[in-house]
Amino acid sequence: MKENKNVPVADFRDTYPKFTPEMKHTHKILIPDMLPFHFGIIVDFLRKDGWDIEVLHNDSRAVIDEGLKHVHNDTCYPALCVTGQFIDALKSGKYDPEHTAVMITQSGGGCRASNYIPLIRKALKAEFPKVPVISLNFAGLEKDSGFPVTLKMILKLAFAVFYGDVLMSLYNQCKPYELEAGASDAAREDCLKVIREAFDKNKYRSYKKWTKALLQRFSAVRRSTEKKIKVGIVGEIYVKYSPLGNSHLEDFLLSEGCEPVVPALMDYVMYCAVNNVNDAKLYNKKNASTPLFALAYKYLYGVQKKIIRMMKEYGFEPLHDFEHLRRCADKVINQGVKMGEGWLIPAEMAALAETGTDNIVCAQPFGCLPNHIAGKGTIRTLKQMYEHENIVAVDYDPSATKVNQENRIKLMLATARENMEQEEKAQKN
Amino acid sequence: MPKKMGIDVGSTTVKVTVLSEDLQVLYTSYERHFARVKECVLNQLSIVEQKFGAQEFCVSVTGSAGLGLAERAKLSFVQEVQAAFTAIRKYYPDADAAVELGGEDAKIIFITGGTEQRMNGSCAGGTGAFIDQMATLLNLTVDEMDKLSLQAEKVYPIASRCGVFAKSDIQPLLNQGAKKEDISASIFQAVVDQTVSGLAQGRRIKGKVLFLGGPLYFIKGLRKAFCDTLHLDGEHAIFPENAPCFMSIGAALYSQNVEPLPLEEIISRISSVKESDDIVTGEPLFADREGYEEFVSRHKASDLAFADIKEYKGDAYLGVDSGSTTTKLVLITPDCRLLYQHYQSNNGQPLDIVAERLREIYALSEGRLRIAGAAVTGYGEDMMKAAFKADFGIVETVAHFKAAVHFDPKVDFIIDIGGQDIKCFKIKNGAIDNIMLNEACSSGCGSFIQTFAKAMGMEIDEFSKLGLFAKHPVELGSRCTVFMNSSVKQAQKEGASVEDISAGLSSSIVKNAIYKVIRAKTPDELGEHILVQGGTFLNDAVLRCFEKETGKRVVRPGIAGLMGAFGAALYAKENIRGESTVITEEELKNFTYTSKSHTCKGCTSHCNVNVIGFSDGRKFISGNKCEKGAGLKPHSDELDMYNYKYERLFQSVEGSKGKRGRVGLPLALGFYEQLPLWAGFFERCGFEVVLSERSSRSLYFKGQHTVASDTVCYPAKLTHGHIESLLDAGVDFIFFPCESYNLDEHDSVNHYNCPVVAYYPELLKANNERLTNDNFIMPYLDLNDEKTAVRALKNALKRYKFSAAEIRAGLKEGFARLNKFYADVYAKGEEILLKARKEGKPVIVLAGRPYHVDPEINHGIGKLLTSLGIAVLSEDSVFEKGKHVLVNVLNQWTYHARLYRAAEYVTEHSDVNLVQLVSFGCGIDAITTDEVRAMLESRGRLYTQIKIDEINNLGVVKIRLRSMLAAIEEQKRRSDERK
Repeated sequence: MKENKNVPVADFRDTYPKFTPEMKHTHKILIPDMLPFHFGIIVDFLRKDGWDIEVLHNDSRAVIDEGLKHVHNDTCYPALCVTGQFIDALKSGKYDPEHTAVMITQSGGGCRASNYIPLIRKALKAEFPKVPVISLNFAGLEKDSGFPVTLKMILKLAFAVFYGDVLMSLYNQCKPYELEAGASDAAREDCLKVIREAFDKNKYRSYKKWTKALLQRFSAVRRSTEKKIKVGIVGEIYVKYSPLGNSHLEDFLLSEGCEPVVPALMDYVMYCAVNNVNDAKLYNKKNASTPLFALAYKYLYGVQKKIIRMMKEYGFEPLHDFEHLRRCADKVINQGVKMGEGWLIPAEMAALAETGTDNIVCAQPFGCLPNHIAGKGTIRTLKQMYEHENIVAVDYDPSATKVNQENRIKLMLATARENMEQEEKAQKN
Repeated sequence: MPKKMGIDVGSTTVKVTVLSEDLQVLYTSYERHFARVKECVLNQLSIVEQKFGAQEFCVSVTGSAGLGLAERAKLSFVQEVQAAFTAIRKYYPDADAAVELGGEDAKIIFITGGTEQRMNGSCAGGTGAFIDQMATLLNLTVDEMDKLSLQAEKVYPIASRCGVFAKSDIQPLLNQGAKKEDISASIFQAVVDQTVSGLAQGRRIKGKVLFLGGPLYFIKGLRKAFCDTLHLDGEHAIFPENAPCFMSIGAALYSQNVEPLPLEEIISRISSVKESDDIVTGEPLFADREGYEEFVSRHKASDLAFADIKEYKGDAYLGVDSGSTTTKLVLITPDCRLLYQHYQSNNGQPLDIVAERLREIYALSEGRLRIAGAAVTGYGEDMMKAAFKADFGIVETVAHFKAAVHFDPKVDFIIDIGGQDIKCFKIKNGAIDNIMLNEACSSGCGSFIQTFAKAMGMEIDEFSKLGLFAKHPVELGSRCTVFMNSSVKQAQKEGASVEDISAGLSSSIVKNAIYKVIRAKTPDELGEHILVQGGTFLNDAVLRCFEKETGKRVVRPGIAGLMGAFGAALYAKENIRGESTVITEEELKNFTYTSKSHTCKGCTSHCNVNVIGFSDGRKFISGNKCEKGAGLKPHSDELDMYNYKYERLFQSVEGSKGKRGRVGLPLALGFYEQLPLWAGFFERCGFEVVLSERSSRSLYFKGQHTVASDTVCYPAKLTHGHIESLLDAGVDFIFFPCESYNLDEHDSVNHYNCPVVAYYPELLKANNERLTNDNFIMPYLDLNDEKTAVRALKNALKRYKFSAAEIRAGLKEGFARLNKFYADVYAKGEEILLKARKEGKPVIVLAGRPYHVDPEINHGIGKLLTSLGIAVLSEDSVFEKGKHVLVNVLNQWTYHARLYRAAEYVTEHSDVNLVQLVSFGCGIDAITTDEVRAMLESRGRLYTQIKIDEINNLGVVKIRLRSMLAAIEEQKRRSDERK
């Protein structure tokens, strides 16, 4: 078929409220609770920039029920959670529907997650027809309702992600071992203050200084040397990080006496950047932004490497080195698998195994298409590569009961404990 | 040293074991707990106390329902698979694997060759509860079912993924009169298949295998099915004597590491366990007794008047509704008084039921009454019509509408919840405007309560009445009933009462119907005049939940369960001309029938054909997808685009013997579109192209053991079989490219493939041990860019040392064949359309994906449609005639862009309608279906969706399509009237 600009077009679109630049001054923006560590930081600096923005924390059953009511039930669970959270919040009466907007990220990849925006719009239309949906994306989608992304904003976001990653990692490494209850949480609060200061002073790019401050603060948390089971969490981006999506998985692991190991969000960001570059290499799909992605990746990777070095100096387990992740991926799957979280999932599972975290929860929404292949599909290969790798794939959906999920995780933990005992025995001999 | 005790609290039973100091088994017990977990455990412990006296025990709890109990009683807990593992290592150190089936769990433990423990995911199909449910359906005890299964002669394919699916496979078999022996064996085989595909996932179960758990201990037929499927002889299949209590023995062994406790302490800790606040509860159904009384008397108003059959003289009209689980029958007078009614579970013998009732009607009326007209409807419509020579057979949707209008002429919404299906109709301008049937996944609601009541040891009436006055109905979620099972388990674990669970189940059914089947956003969307019917609504608790959820007062006729039959009788009354042909009293006396089944060898479909022979020599044949099975000449498939495309694909392989070798191309996923391209490419490059064998169920089973994700779509699952087939054919290599991007047809924002189509080769490679880098070539390609595509192919085929020019020439040939294929499909589309219009036949665009042309995937829907006199087009034969479209969703997949344009085309042509085919588990279609529906409805057109899976049940599809045809007819009639 030839491209023809004069082809007749039928328009089936509904009208929807657009997000206009003036609304920055008149509207409150709600965002879903996806990344507890990172979003807090981001919201802080956006507020300083004059945005009236708020992370939602409502997570009662009503959230899921609203989601079920408003979104096709076969759509993935994250779409349901996010939509449900918005509607439930708007219904609470706390926000003026005439002056409220909601915001969500959009990747533009080949997975249906790129369609969250229209789904949310459709849901809002039924109950709050005046609330605009803002897209935060770097792919030039939704031009009439995009969040204005400047280079400066991108930089700020990138560093917020780095700081969030470090904070999350340090907290997870201290919390299970803290000798005084609450010490890690206090450290976390202090660190958030430090990060806020970094952005306030517009000095957020001096990341070595701030990272050092975070490392020092957490080094002060007194920890036991007791050996605990480390459990990695990988999977679909929303259920991996969001407590609402994964039924508070981190808390559950903590309560089971484990150390949760959650790979960095920056890995996902770099994964997206690298995919753009890969597409250019594999399929000659170059566009104007490809060199920018390459450049951005180079810069981010440079920062990541330095942070890794610093974390090691302070005796903490560092973030994954992204180039190492890519090498890990190559052993398992082709980097051409780029929809959803794609090759990043097996890469993280391999990297976790290589850094002493054999036990892994691979979390995905029920029926997540890319994860059939990149998640469940690669487990067999991974187990052959890493003898002790102990992976459980857990599906999350509105009706999967906690007891079933926890039971499966407990089964994984039972094997983990056994492996640990045997290891200890072997060490003694 | 103290004795050891293990307590296994499963989903349905409690098992307790006591071991001596030197770990000999002293005592075991096994008891059903009927959801009264705590009481049952305490009861068992008191027996232990009597036997062993007050002493100290090391104790551990295990089992799915034991988790909460142990936590709250502060006792040691061990995960059940872990418990089994402990016991296996102690008693069967040489075992290689263990399979354990429990009430609602299925587990596999691989012991040698890399220890691994697996349990079933969120789908609870293929477990003990599933077998119980199936036994209820057959009206047998599990024991009887077991005995029958051992005499089976054949095994039918039954979907094993979830109980609901299996049910929709079994029901038609029952209705067709298949033998219970065979069905029983088929059910056990389904459980085995589920275990092998769902749990083993790419690992073969071999060596010495241990079989554990209640069902495998008690059911011999199940054991046999496992041994046969896994090819195990007596030496390698081990069924331990203490299999049912195995987990509790494991728990007891595990308790060695636990501090001992005095028995009284254990008992007192368990008895002090309180209901937790974790479960979400709702309001009671009725505030007080008065509320209930008011409710009852309000609904009494919509009862029919009766007439006494023993005195009545004159004409009467008969309606029979031969449903999937029940048979309903009514006889009415010309002024619509009720002479006779009957409602009965089929128990597999609907013909006998109707014959019996007719005899009774004739006997009661003693010749005073004349059946002046008779109509049948429902699943068994054809069979009943043949057997009793009824005057009319009508689609059940039409029957229900007729009946509803009788009770409320202004009715604008009808919802019918029956034994295993939910039907909803929207009425506009006095005709059915929209029909919603439940997708296979949420069906079974009515009979679910029934099974559940039985599991609680109660009759359904008693059980659902309990819910009426429950104080804190439990929120159980609103998805498929199998999921509800786990929700109930959770509620039980949290200590909810039977009353609260009963009310919760009723509410779940209602929510399921409103939000899942109807997919209403707010209850107001349903309508103003709602009529509820179907056997399930006779249950006051369900009715009350419905009123509460919708906030509306609705009409429930007293004959709510008989509405189909009543509608049929009304239809007969209004439409009969001349004498009725219905079976006479005399003929009925000699009425008998025989039932036989065989596999039709007319084509590759291999239908299970069932032949019922009647005493007067007539025959009724069912189960056949086409006329061949009935011994008739098949109808022409010249108006069937699906058939054309499927056969046309094969023609794109020229069949030249290549010098370079043999390449295998799997007939799966993207190849249903790109086969011409790759056949052209490889033949031009000097290869012989070998295709995998045509899809079939047995091909699916061949590859089943390498399926890694049991919730992926059927087209993807089938691919595993195609790979096995090519490996067996001994090709030099299999070619299966990974394509993130499909061909750009310039009508969408992007042109992706879906993730499964794009990357499935990765999964195949990772999970099939026979595939290597040598025999499986899967380059990453974007066919839109020649340069990189040539490079990728050149690299992938490095060992054949092609030049870039040769690859380019191959691709050129490939594209030439692909374009020829497109052109032919388009031309055929034109031809079909022209012919259909000339013959005045309705036209349907069966819109799906390229791989939906596989008859194993579409189950012969094309054939079914043409047999109903409809011309069938495909989305790709018409989309180019449609305009480019702007839609609400992100239009970024090539195949879906076609879908939208095909829909646009339909909106512009009133004589063409669209039916969308959707594979179960297709996540992307959750988005496209809503959009296509909105597109069509915005232009006043009907939207119909058919969900397909591995289930091979065209009965439901047929009703759906016929209802749609009736609605189209109605629409046409009305628009003609307006003219």
